[in-house]
Amino acid sequence: MSTDLHRLGPWTRELAAVLSTGLVAVPLYLLFVLSLKDQAEMTRQPLALPTAPVWSNYSRAYAEALLGDAFMSSVAVVLLSLIFIVLAGSLGAYVLVRRGSRLSNAIFFVVVAGMVIPFQLGMIPLYQAMAKAELVGSIWSLVVFYSGVQMPFTVFLYAGFIRAMPLAFEEAARMDGASGWQVFRLVVFPMLRPITITVVVLNGVFIWNDFLTPLLYLSGSESQTIPVAVYAFVGQYATDWGLVFAGLVLAAIPVLTAYLFLQRHLIAGFAGGIKG
Amino acid sequence: MTMSSPVTAEAPVPTRWPARSPRKPSGGASWWFVLPALLAYAAVVLLPSAGGAVFAFTDWNGLAPELAFIGGANFERAFRDPQVRSALAVTAVFALAITVLQNIIGLALALLLNTSIRSRNWLRTLLFAPVVVTPVIVAYLWKYLLSSNGAVNQVATALGAGEGAVNWLGDPRMAVVSVVIVTVWQTMGVAMVIYLAGLQNIPEELYEAADMDGASSWTKFRLISFPLLAPAVTINVVLSTVNGLKLFDQVFVLTSGGPGYATETLSTLVYKTSFIVGEFGYATAIALAMTVFVAAVSMGLMAWLKGREAHVH
Repeated sequence: MSTDLHRLGPWTRELAAVLSTGLVAVPLYLLFVLSLKDQAEMTRQPLALPTAPVWSNYSRAYAEALLGDAFMSSVAVVLLSLIFIVLAGSLGAYVLVRRGSRLSNAIFFVVVAGMVIPFQLGMIPLYQAMAKAELVGSIWSLVVFYSGVQMPFTVFLYAGFIRAMPLAFEEAARMDGASGWQVFRLVVFPMLRPITITVVVLNGVFIWNDFLTPLLYLSGSESQTIPVAVYAFVGQYATDWGLVFAGLVLAAIPVLTAYLFLQRHLIAGFAGGIKG
Repeated sequence: MTMSSPVTAEAPVPTRWPARSPRKPSGGASWWFVLPALLAYAAVVLLPSAGGAVFAFTDWNGLAPELAFIGGANFERAFRDPQVRSALAVTAVFALAITVLQNIIGLALALLLNTSIRSRNWLRTLLFAPVVVTPVIVAYLWKYLLSSNGAVNQVATALGAGEGAVNWLGDPRMAVVSVVIVTVWQTMGVAMVIYLAGLQNIPEELYEAADMDGASSWTKFRLISFPLLAPAVTINVVLSTVNGLKLFDQVFVLTSGGPGYATETLSTLVYKTSFIVGEFGYATAIALAMTVFVAAVSMGLMAWLKGREAHVH
């Protein structure tokens, strides 16, 4: 573990550590502390611990922001999208890599080229099509959206992994008379586990946090995801910051909890999965 | 728009030809398997984008049943439109500032975490945490912290910065600075973990050899770490540039493009032009120009940085 900063004294390094901790920890500390203050204390003493914690901010925020419903919508959108993304993405990448023909290479290129198309270009025609199919206002619009829009990145990740995978296992299974589907389900897919974790982590975080598309498709409907519910809630109670902050804390708890349990996978996914 | 998912389609098993040419083994992978992915991609990305590219040449307002092809008129208008020019400049400033700061801070944090300080494990956990928190939540948190009597100004006053400290979100210049601060605060963890992974791939022997030659920390960084981090630099710079060029959530929540048009980006402009003003044809023309711009910048950067990688090795 000896590197560039090694020669700086231990004191310098610990000081840098404390400073960078403060950089992240202080805003997060304020998020929690402010959620327990009333309006008067908030402006008078924003930094100190609350003298009389206003716990009712939490029960009110939970009810007013409809966060329970939003949580269920977000979970449904993320799970349904991930199931399709993982199955279709791994199957698609598997065929495109193992075919190895000029046609499959061309299709692969067309799919992966989708990574540089900003979704704003197709945003309006897609919205029209979704409205025509009467999907606007339902979480299915988002499941369809993420299934398509995350496919290039997902196929790209799976294809890179499959290219480095030995053929021997698949050939052996085929010799034993397994069908193409059986080879994939019983041999290939289990071997894809590490990259599947990366795919789930990166797509899951992106879908959970995405704002603009759910705003377009779900705004004002019964089934808003958490970012849209937070946006609507803050718009309504913009001056009551204590209440707003309680809502923000509640909305952040699911993702922060998941982070604490899955941080190794999350960090590994971001560090490794993103590179091209 | 509904999607079928024929994932259960059985592939025809070549019973009589047990093995194809071993050079191109398809492993029994049937073309059917690729259909769900292709259908979803075509329905959500390819066809709508092609549609968007066509609408860009019309005067469609999103409601009228008829639309007229007006050739390149939308593009001519966009090139002259001061709002588009301003959004382009603002977007470029954001992308540049975010890329530079995110990489410098991310690299500094990675160097810190790559030392033997005792706290490095939980420090990494903490520093990466903002990455996973919903940008809308982070933006609202900062919107209060940066408000006129918010925490940042109160601290500044307490430290003696004088009364009526900075008007972070109301002043056109400072609003740009604020959006950059909030975005970098949220995303610096991504750069950090990519640089950290790069640093941990550098063989220890190189540093030991340098130590024997009595190299200073700065020399080791300049001659060993930084050159060998070239692939991580490529990923980080391209990633943060593309994200900066597409910036939406932070702007939308913090300033909604204001004050005036000081923080209006191409993304927020396309959104407003289409869904608030209702000029769908014109908005898709701006979106198409933006697509070409983002693709050109990211490919150009990629080519340049890849060339640089080969050069520094």
